[in-house]
Amino acid sequence: MKGSRYLDGGLRVYTALIFAFIFAPILFSVVFSFNSQRFPTIPLGEFSTEWYAKILNDPDIWEAALNSLIVSTCTALIATFLGFCTAYSDYRYRFRFKGPYLALILLPPTIPLIIMALAMLAWLSKIGMSGQLYSIIIAHSVLTAPFAMAVIRLRLNQMDENLEAAAWNLGGSEWATMRHVIVPFCKPAIISALCLTAAVSFDEFAVSWFVSGLNKTLPVAILEIVQGNIDPQVNAIGTFVFLISMSLIIVAQVFLVGRKIKSSD
Amino acid sequence: MPVAPLVSGDDMSKTKRRIDVYAMTWRLPIILWQALFFVGPIAFMIAMSFFLVKNYRMTEAFEFVNWQRMFSRGFFWDSYWHTLFIASLSTVCAMCLAFPAAYMLAFRASENTRRMAIFLLILPFFSSYLVRTFSWFVILAESGVVNAMLGWIGLGPYTMLNTTFGTLVGYMTLTLPLVVILQTLSMANIDKTLVEAAHNLGCKPFETIWRVVIPLAKTGLIIAAVFCFILSFGDFVAPFYLGGSQDPTLPILIIDTTKSGQQWPRAAVVAIVMMLTLFAVAAAGIGLAYRKGSSR
Repeated sequence: MKGSRYLDGGLRVYTALIFAFIFAPILFSVVFSFNSQRFPTIPLGEFSTEWYAKILNDPDIWEAALNSLIVSTCTALIATFLGFCTAYSDYRYRFRFKGPYLALILLPPTIPLIIMALAMLAWLSKIGMSGQLYSIIIAHSVLTAPFAMAVIRLRLNQMDENLEAAAWNLGGSEWATMRHVIVPFCKPAIISALCLTAAVSFDEFAVSWFVSGLNKTLPVAILEIVQGNIDPQVNAIGTFVFLISMSLIIVAQVFLVGRKIKSSD
Repeated sequence: MPVAPLVSGDDMSKTKRRIDVYAMTWRLPIILWQALFFVGPIAFMIAMSFFLVKNYRMTEAFEFVNWQRMFSRGFFWDSYWHTLFIASLSTVCAMCLAFPAAYMLAFRASENTRRMAIFLLILPFFSSYLVRTFSWFVILAESGVVNAMLGWIGLGPYTMLNTTFGTLVGYMTLTLPLVVILQTLSMANIDKTLVEAAHNLGCKPFETIWRVVIPLAKTGLIIAAVFCFILSFGDFVAPFYLGGSQDPTLPILIIDTTKSGQQWPRAAVVAIVMMLTLFAVAAAGIGLAYRKGSSR
């Protein structure tokens, strides 16, 4: 085991390099967003908030941001509701065709987004529902419901199996038990699921690009700017989007891990 | 199945006799929603591949014209093999690059370090992949950061954009976090005493990895590879912005066919071929992972 120490050191350096590679584009994007050069290189130009000023004065960006906000909020509510229903059905009941039933909610993330985008565009056009903000909401709910389902299902796993039965024995109806026992118990997971699904929706561009028509969301606006030319505005928008997504993820994480046992208030 | 579902005798008899409104309230929403907005779109896309396009308008039909058109075109097959090749290359690269890091996190890091590392690796999934790609675009450019740094030591400048290397950098940005997570989890679950036993019996480190660690973690490693392949195969951003799209991949072909000219049925053909390929790859992966004689 003589070489072990060197091997260990080497592995640590290597792992650090892999992490550096993964986070380099995110860090550089933040740095570039405050850089005066149109085409950033080393050495960096001067500190500048020019790009932020530019996006703040752009009504298109404001509209896209508003659209993104509406889409991710509605998506989060629908996907979390669907995820909760499915997680509870899976937890509580045994029934025929349960395999296909679960596959129905879990499959969408394994299908490439570009294929979902084409299928959604074709189908929503067919039934006259494409090109609207709600088209994006519908598509995003299908894509994100599995994440909500997974988070809530894990929480239900922690619930004492007899808790529900105890509530019934004490005279609570199934509906009352749902309201006063199960939903409060799942509350941290529900908040977590809301944040996660909102974050995924906030960043998704392929499906939005296909089904949105003229109603751009922020990622679609980024896509269109990138297609045109090198424009550091993208870094400023990206940094802004990154901050929002990260806040959502951190809130989700706090609720998911932070309070393990505290269930009802 | 970690927990047996809670079903009392009362429930069973109730569902038998009449429709259980309470149970259906929770079971039906997802069935209706996914039937309308998941099964519907996929089924319609399959049907659409048989439709005809006349005067820029799609008419419902059942003809094999689109399939024949696409399959008889050289550019379709070029694109198919190119996509298959580059997605496979991406999978091999990601698996090899991730392995030492995952090994270190699984065997030589504390529980806390590992948990923190995995949390960090989840973050990129929730950052914009587009912005990260654009960032690489600027970093790798002829006069970008990498070439400026190489210039200090008298190298370069190298052309990295619009090459296969560029595409791979993009794919790695997309897939490496997931591959490292899955590899780490699959190796962290290995019984450590088996690895120590191999050491004590005189097995050298690399031999231990090859003959003990990899076989034991096989299932998880294959799942990582399959996911990596699916992600690379379906991504259009990396080959388009970093690879220069001279050799269009199938996803780029779908976009071109859909966005320019109303050839949705032909795009549907490409999409179906992609899905079938991915099913085949996933099935092969699952077959390999659970082959007889493998680890549990």
